[in-house]
Amino acid sequence: MLLFLLRRSLFMVGMLFALLIITFVISHVAPGDPAALAAGPDASAEMIETIRKEHGLDKPLPQQFLIYVGGVLQGDFGNSIHTGREVVDDLVRFFPATFELVLASILFAILLGVPLGVLSAVKQNTWIDHVTRVFSVSGVGVPMFWLGLMLQLFFALQLGWFPLGGQLDMMTDPPAPITHLYTVDSILRGQFDVTLEALRHLVLPALSLCFPALASIIRVNRAEMLETLNQDYITNARAQGISPLRIVGLYALKNAMLPTLAMIGLRFGWMLGGTVLVETVFDWPGVGLYAVQTAVSSDFEPIMAVTVLLGFCFMVANFVIDIVYGWLDPRVRGTT
Amino acid sequence: MLEIEDLKVHFPIREKWQKATVKAVNGVSLSIATGDSLGLVGESGSGKSTIGRAILRLNKVTGGDIRLKGMSVVNAGRTEEEMLRRQAQIVFQDPHSALNPRMPILRSVAEPLVLHTKVRGVELRRRVTDLLEIVGLQSQFLYRYPHELSGGQKQRVCIARALALQPELLVLDEPTSALDVSVQAQILEFLKKLQREQNLTYLFISHNLAVIRYICNRTAVMYLGQIVEEGATEQVFSAPRHPYTKVLLEAVPLPEAGQSRRTDVVIGDVPSPVNMPTGCSFHTRCAEAMAGRCDKVAPPPVALADGRRVRCHLFAD
Repeated sequence: MLLFLLRRSLFMVGMLFALLIITFVISHVAPGDPAALAAGPDASAEMIETIRKEHGLDKPLPQQFLIYVGGVLQGDFGNSIHTGREVVDDLVRFFPATFELVLASILFAILLGVPLGVLSAVKQNTWIDHVTRVFSVSGVGVPMFWLGLMLQLFFALQLGWFPLGGQLDMMTDPPAPITHLYTVDSILRGQFDVTLEALRHLVLPALSLCFPALASIIRVNRAEMLETLNQDYITNARAQGISPLRIVGLYALKNAMLPTLAMIGLRFGWMLGGTVLVETVFDWPGVGLYAVQTAVSSDFEPIMAVTVLLGFCFMVANFVIDIVYGWLDPRVRGTT
Repeated sequence: MLEIEDLKVHFPIREKWQKATVKAVNGVSLSIATGDSLGLVGESGSGKSTIGRAILRLNKVTGGDIRLKGMSVVNAGRTEEEMLRRQAQIVFQDPHSALNPRMPILRSVAEPLVLHTKVRGVELRRRVTDLLEIVGLQSQFLYRYPHELSGGQKQRVCIARALALQPELLVLDEPTSALDVSVQAQILEFLKKLQREQNLTYLFISHNLAVIRYICNRTAVMYLGQIVEEGATEQVFSAPRHPYTKVLLEAVPLPEAGQSRRTDVVIGDVPSPVNMPTGCSFHTRCAEAMAGRCDKVAPPPVALADGRRVRCHLFAD
C-alpha cells in the first residue's frame, strides 16, 4: 500500500509538470498582445515596450517558462498584468467560493444520484425506473449554462424562492473566516441566519453544476446495481433469508459502488471546468468567474494559475479516489 | 425427505405489448427419499433450475406444493421458514459469482452460521476451519479473498458454506458446469464421498448426462416445464422409454470419430414456453407422435412395472 501511494504521488508530480508546460505553451502561443491590452488603446509604443519588459515578456519563451516554473515552485504565480495584484492573493480570495460550490454540487450528485440509481435498479421496469431513466438521459445532454438560466428564470424571477446570484446578499457581512467556506464558517460562528442565506444562494448554482454528474452517477449506479443483483452470492444471501433491505444496502451497493466511485472522481474534474460557466451565469465570486474576467483581457498569469489550480484539484480528487478504491476493493489492493 | 406436488411456477412477461406468461414449471410432481440423489436433466429453459430455486423459496410459486420433511415450503410462516432455510441449501453453477468479492472466505462461510445460530468468536472460526477441512481446504484460506482462489477452490468454499448449517438437502444447480474437466472430476468425486459420509440428500440439476449417471441413483428428465420420464438412473439410461429421453441420450456424441447411432435426432427447436403446444408438449418434435392424439390430449403420467413414471401416450394402455 505504501509503495502504491508513493508511485501514485510520483506520477502526480509528473502530470503536474506536464500540465504546466501545456498551459504555458497554449497561453503564450495564443494570439493577442497582453502588454498592448494592458497599456490601453492610447498607449505609445515605448509604454507597451516598458510593460513588456516589466513582465519579462520580451525574453525567449524557454527562458520565460523557466522563470515561471521557478516562481510556481515558490508559490508565486506572478502578477496580473491588468490590476498588478499578486495572482496568488486573488486565488486565495476566490478559490474557497469555487470549492464550496463544487463540494455542494458533488454532495448533491452523490446523495441524490446513488439512491436514485439503486431505486431504479431495484424497481427495474416500473414507472419509477422509467422516470429516472428519462431524467438521467436528458441530464447528460442539457448544457449547464442553459439549465442555470432556466432555473434563474423559474425559481428566482418567477417564484422568488431563491436569489438570482451571488454568494450572499449585498448587505450581509460574510462570517469571519475559519475554513473560508461561508456555510461552514457561519455554523462554526453560530450565525445561523447567515448559514441559511448562504445555502439559499448555493442551491441554484449547485443544482445546475451537479446535473450532468447526477445524471451519469444515476446511470452508472443503476447499471452496476442491476449486474450485482444478478450475481449468485446475492441469490445465496436471499436463500439464507437475509432481508432485502440488507441485501441491497450491505451486499449489492458495496460492490456496485466501485465504478460509481470512479465516475464521481471523473465528474469532479468536469465540475471544476463547469464552474467557469455556472459562476458566470450566477455571478458567483469564484475562480471560474475570475478566469473569465481575466481571459477577456488576455491576462496570462491568472489564466495559467487558474488552469494549474483546477488541474491540480482534479489530480488530487482522482488520487483520493484511487486510494479509496484500493481500500474498498481487495482485488485492486494486491496488484498495484 | 422432499415431496413436490403438481408444482407450477409461471412468470408474467410482456411480449410485443401483450401480457403473457412463461410456464417455466408446469405441473411437476417428484419425491426424493432421504439419502437419495435425484438427477434433474433437461435442455436449458426446461425449468430444472426453477424447481431448485422454488425449493429454496427464491421464486414465487404459482400453484402446487413443496414439502420438506412434511413441512410446506410454499405456505411456511416465519418460524417454519427459519427451519426450512437450515435444512435446504444451494450450490450454484458459477463459483466466480457465488462468493461476495468483498468478503474473505472466513466471512462467506461463516455467514449462514452468523445468521441462523448464536455461534460467534473463536468457536465460529473453529467451525469454519472444520468446514473448510471437510471440503479439503487448509486454514490458510480463511483470510483469502475469492479472487485469490481457483474455480475449483471457490466451488469447494461454496460447498463448505452450504454445509455450514448441517442441512439434509443440498440443491446442486449445475455445480460443475463452469469448471475445467479435471476439476469437475475432483468435485464430483468429492460430492459423492460427502453424500456417503454425511448421509445427505441431493437434488442434482444438470444438463450433463454423464455427470448425472455418475452421481445420481434416480433420474428425472424434464421437457418444457414437465417431467417426461422418471426412474432409477440405470433403467433410464440403459432402456429409455419416453421418445424425448431416447433422443436426449442419443444426442451424446460417441467417443470415436465416424461412429454414429440411429439418425432420428430431434426435429427443430424447443417450442416457446410462452406458446406451449397443445396436447403433449413434445409432439412437435417427436418421431413417434400419433396424429389426432398426441397433438390433442396431454398425456398423464403412467407408472410402469419397473417403478418408472413416463408421460407418453405410447404407454397409456
